[in-house]
Amino acid sequence: MNDVLFWTLAVLAVASGVMVFRFDSMARATFSLLTSLLCVAGEVLLLGMDYLGIVIVLMMTIEMAIMAVFMIMYMMNPAGLMPMTMIHNKRGAAVICVGVFVLLAVGIFLAPWPGRRGKPPADVTMDLGMSLMGPQMLTMMTLGMALFATIVSSVVLATRRGRYDRLGDDLRAERSDDPVRGGVGR
Amino acid sequence: MSLELFMLLGAALLCVGLFGALTQQSIVMLMMGLELMLGGVIVGAAAAWHYIAPAAPDGQVLVVLAVTAMALEMAIGFAVVTALFRSREVDMTDMAAELKE
Repeated sequence: MNDVLFWTLAVLAVASGVMVFRFDSMARATFSLLTSLLCVAGEVLLLGMDYLGIVIVLMMTIEMAIMAVFMIMYMMNPAGLMPMTMIHNKRGAAVICVGVFVLLAVGIFLAPWPGRRGKPPADVTMDLGMSLMGPQMLTMMTLGMALFATIVSSVVLATRRGRYDRLGDDLRAERSDDPVRGGVGR
Repeated sequence: MSLELFMLLGAALLCVGLFGALTQQSIVMLMMGLELMLGGVIVGAAAAWHYIAPAAPDGQVLVVLAVTAMALEMAIGFAVVTALFRSREVDMTDMAAELKE
């Protein structure tokens, strides 16, 4: 049963991963990527990581919904009504990718993998939580800082008017130069 | 099901994603390739946890790390595309490189 599930999910994951770069339509490519990543989540669930599998499902669904919006905003031909190719150096990339895959596959089959040591705890999620709030606290704090830095930098990058636009290059303007007057004390 | 098969699946996803990241000209499509590559990493990490050291939670922490990397890449990627599009009206890597010169 698990074997059938593994093979179905694996084939679907790789096939829809390939289709991401073959579809003309951006929306279809996004949902193809969603299918692929949901299959990845399925494999993670199959391996017994219940919580993380569900997290991946939820995260990817929302992420791909946002991605579809950006796709339609920025890209020509969002509906795929005309065929298009926007690729460069296809042959070189194919050679590199096949080479990397062969290298990895040889490594996978030749590596002396250690045997299974121990067995999973009764509550895998509890184990993860206790680890993140205990011995792996530094990892968790680093991730938190990275996420916070991402919030700040994405706002800085995406904003149209920064403080230098409002208050001049030396930030010493008497009044801020806003398209709409108002706000506190202006 | 075995460790090798899961690793092979991870490698396949990584290579498909690498192909996309190398060939696609559109920045958003390029980011899709990166997402696929990280998907491969997640499968590999989960398999390593399950088949090598299920008693230690470190494998799960690795998956958390990969998932976070996915989210960060996505957010920063879209912010960069927005900034680039606003200043130069481009959404392709080649055009962005040309205009720099």
